[in-house]
Amino acid sequence: MAYEILEHTADVGVRGTGPDLATAFAEAARGMFSLMVALEAVAPMRTMQVDLTADSLEGLLVAWLGELLAQKDIEGLVFSRFCVAVVQGERGWMLRGQAHGEPLDVHRHQPGVEVKAATYYGVRVECTNDHAMVQCVLDL
Amino acid sequence: MELRKLDDFAWELPKTGDMRVPGRIFASEDLLRPLLDEARGGQEWNALEQVRNVACLPGIVKASIAMADIHPGYGFPIGGVGAFDVHDGVVAMGGVGFDINCGVRVLATPLSAKEVGPRKEELADRLFGGVPAGLGSEGKLRLSVEGIDDVLVKGARYAVGKGFGVPDDLRFTEEEGCMADADPAAVSVKAKQRQFRQVGTLGSGNHYLEVQEVVEIMDRAAAAAYGIEVGQILVAIHCGSRALGHQIGQDYLQELERASRKYAIPIRERELVCAPIRSPEGQRYLSAVAAGVNCAFANRQVIAHLVREAIAPMFSLAPERIRTLYDVGHNNVKRERHQVDGRERELLVHRKGSTRAFGPGRPENPEPYRAVGHPVFVGGTMGTASYILRGTERGMSEVFGSGIHGAGRALSRSKAKRTWHGDKVLKDLAGKGIEVRAHSARGIAEEAPGAYKDVDLVIQAATGSGLNALVARVVPLVCVKG
Repeated sequence: MAYEILEHTADVGVRGTGPDLATAFAEAARGMFSLMVALEAVAPMRTMQVDLTADSLEGLLVAWLGELLAQKDIEGLVFSRFCVAVVQGERGWMLRGQAHGEPLDVHRHQPGVEVKAATYYGVRVECTNDHAMVQCVLDL
Repeated sequence: MELRKLDDFAWELPKTGDMRVPGRIFASEDLLRPLLDEARGGQEWNALEQVRNVACLPGIVKASIAMADIHPGYGFPIGGVGAFDVHDGVVAMGGVGFDINCGVRVLATPLSAKEVGPRKEELADRLFGGVPAGLGSEGKLRLSVEGIDDVLVKGARYAVGKGFGVPDDLRFTEEEGCMADADPAAVSVKAKQRQFRQVGTLGSGNHYLEVQEVVEIMDRAAAAAYGIEVGQILVAIHCGSRALGHQIGQDYLQELERASRKYAIPIRERELVCAPIRSPEGQRYLSAVAAGVNCAFANRQVIAHLVREAIAPMFSLAPERIRTLYDVGHNNVKRERHQVDGRERELLVHRKGSTRAFGPGRPENPEPYRAVGHPVFVGGTMGTASYILRGTERGMSEVFGSGIHGAGRALSRSKAKRTWHGDKVLKDLAGKGIEVRAHSARGIAEEAPGAYKDVDLVIQAATGSGLNALVARVVPLVCVKG
């Protein structure tokens, strides 16, 4: 399991991988927050609950990252650890996740660039029995 | 992908397949070469393919246009302009993007470089301390839900009404700082909640606050109308609608995807989802965008006030002597009247990473600028020149009165970080006499001057094509980054 920042001239992409979709979604979120803060400096002091549904896994990924950006602004929090479950339900794909973090501290968290949005650009979700990969481009 | 050369600065992407109009790209061969390489190399994300995709949208008029600073965007290319018939055309989310009405306000001070130069460091510190910027920064104007709704309806007028600025600021703001058809009900509660702390904050990334010196005037008549001269100090504020705009984008990406399916508009790429202008969905999106536009106007208005508060006492100036030269956005969609094939038509013009550049005579321009056209601000990088341009008659007839907006990146952020170190960049800039203050050390390397294209090449193409005209060249003395 890991995240990777993908090269692009104007913006950047983020890719999360792992043994299953849940891990890949969590890693993509870590990748996105790694652009904004030094993850190792962010303590998991507070937890936000996130529940989402979407028609497709691609839509679920964009919604997941978008929701974390919204919570960052609304609550003033940044996150470093994520715990995710992804299941297919009757109304499409569902995600239940927890994001762990703390209020942004510019002195400790080494702020980077603010991510404006997760986009459908380059969005890809791949999943086999023992490996999953999710990615999309972020607007900075 | 083949382009047909029309002249040194104009190229046509011929109409093929599902394209309803041709593509037209106003750039030099040097600027186009990397784009053609990307397109021919089959790169998934390439700007010329985006020009083609926009040309396929229903109701597009004349051409899918790209300005000289074209590079890949989301849906539309950055530097993309698309005008649509208001009766049978569409409004597309990708033509506006996530940072609605991101733009530039320039303040003209009565100060000269001689006065400011020796006190640059102090000035940089005061601006850095006085204007909230960077990740997680909070604005000085605290708002409730009702307060946010007021901002969305009144735009910069709200801020001026609260004492952030003077009425003359509105006169020199595009739309006088307020779009009339904004509807806060079209904006989600989440979008408003995200904005509570962010009104009057600069943001991060390529957003900046810059103290500049006018070093060259190329158009005396326009410069006289704008009231600028060589040696004068200006302050440029580059920012947008912050989190509110970002959330409107995310929300309507979903809504317009449903609308595209409902009205059977083929989705060529997800970020190019759209709705007929006359449909309820299209109207709702336009009302939300207008609200986002107003939020950005209010933002820049508050920041302008904070800049005055930082500078005026330092030089014993009355704050209102620092006047708004102009405030104009570069991520917008607007109803405008234009001549097309000898007939005046009402169009919905999308400009994504393109500044409106209305030329001489347009009634929308503030009276003092009417004879010459309003100023268009083109940002360079931390280490290079920026330019003030104006619209032209040719720009009105060829590109619906549009201009370029910046240099555009040449290197990715990661590559920039690997190439330069923040401290070294700061030292180099200090060596050139530029005081930089930044909230993010990482950001400095990512925004290093070398990571951007040569702004002079972009300017050469924009003015060589006759779409925009050069008025003045300015260089940075102080730069504050988010």
